[in-house]
Amino acid sequence: MSDRAGTGESPLVLEHEDRPELRHHFADVVQQRNAASLGMWWFLGTEIMFFGGMFCGYLVYRRAYFPEFAAGSRSLSLVAGTVNTAVLICSSLTVALAVRASQLGKRKLLVSLLLATMFFGVCFLGIKGYEWHDEYEHHHAPTFYFNAQDLVHNNPNLHLDPQRTKIFFSLYFALTGVHALHMIVGIGIFSVITFMAWRGKFTPEYHTPIEIAGLYWHFVDIVWIYLFPLLYLIDRRPGA
Amino acid sequence: MAEHTEHIEHSEHIGSSGFYWLIWAVLIVATVLTAWISTVDLGVFNTVVALLIATCKALIVVLFFMHVKYTSEKMTKAVLLSAVFWLLLLLILSLSDYSTRYAG
Repeated sequence: MSDRAGTGESPLVLEHEDRPELRHHFADVVQQRNAASLGMWWFLGTEIMFFGGMFCGYLVYRRAYFPEFAAGSRSLSLVAGTVNTAVLICSSLTVALAVRASQLGKRKLLVSLLLATMFFGVCFLGIKGYEWHDEYEHHHAPTFYFNAQDLVHNNPNLHLDPQRTKIFFSLYFALTGVHALHMIVGIGIFSVITFMAWRGKFTPEYHTPIEIAGLYWHFVDIVWIYLFPLLYLIDRRPGA
Repeated sequence: MAEHTEHIEHSEHIGSSGFYWLIWAVLIVATVLTAWISTVDLGVFNTVVALLIATCKALIVVLFFMHVKYTSEKMTKAVLLSAVFWLLLLLILSLSDYSTRYAG
């Protein structure tokens, strides 16, 4: 760990010379990097509140309509959900390794890891799209064609209310949809920084875009880490 | 896990790739575990265990992949903790309201 901060060895006056990436209003690259990272953390704080509102609505309805939510949850594919969680964890690994590659100045490794991240991101969206299509085919998408009679018939002793089931699927599509939108934005951001990395824009001294894009990607991963048990694993006990 | 690189200055932490792979393995195992344990009857604890595992996974990602454990910037931790605090405020107050408002 090259922890040498606070030893007072950086001559501030000389910092700005031959450093085009260092903006004039920052004392040195460390301050600039910390400011950029902190800004991203503030943004992620607003993102927590953004998703928090939907999670709160989900929890209120889940409490009120538990049998419908459990039945809706059981109709989702456990395998697809688990595989998608694993895919996102793999993408978080490649992001962490990409940040490391940029810290070490390994350009080729950095570009391949960023490409791998986008590959995993596209895989996730592909599996998610397949699931959405499947649910749409079963009329579980909350459209005019919504029909949950199959769930009502499959769980005769639960006396499910189809309208309440529709609330579950509305929240499911809203939560996974907004999450997928974040994935699409993330893939867009990563395409830009992959191009920048390929052009050799990053050095061990300057790789802030990789780092803060990485923070965003990890955050979207964390949202899914919570979405997976909340949507797919509500009640899968045997006999439930 | 420490790596010495001569040309890199200042306080930035560089984790070893082996350590990141270890974190990845832990997260994958936790994912399989949470999927499997949801099919075991633990009564009301199914939800508790699922959320506990999710929180552990999120904590691991935040601390190690997002470098919060190694950051020298105290403001980062302050922002993160205050965001989580407001989230808990939102969830706990809303749910305590809805849990006590109706008889059922």
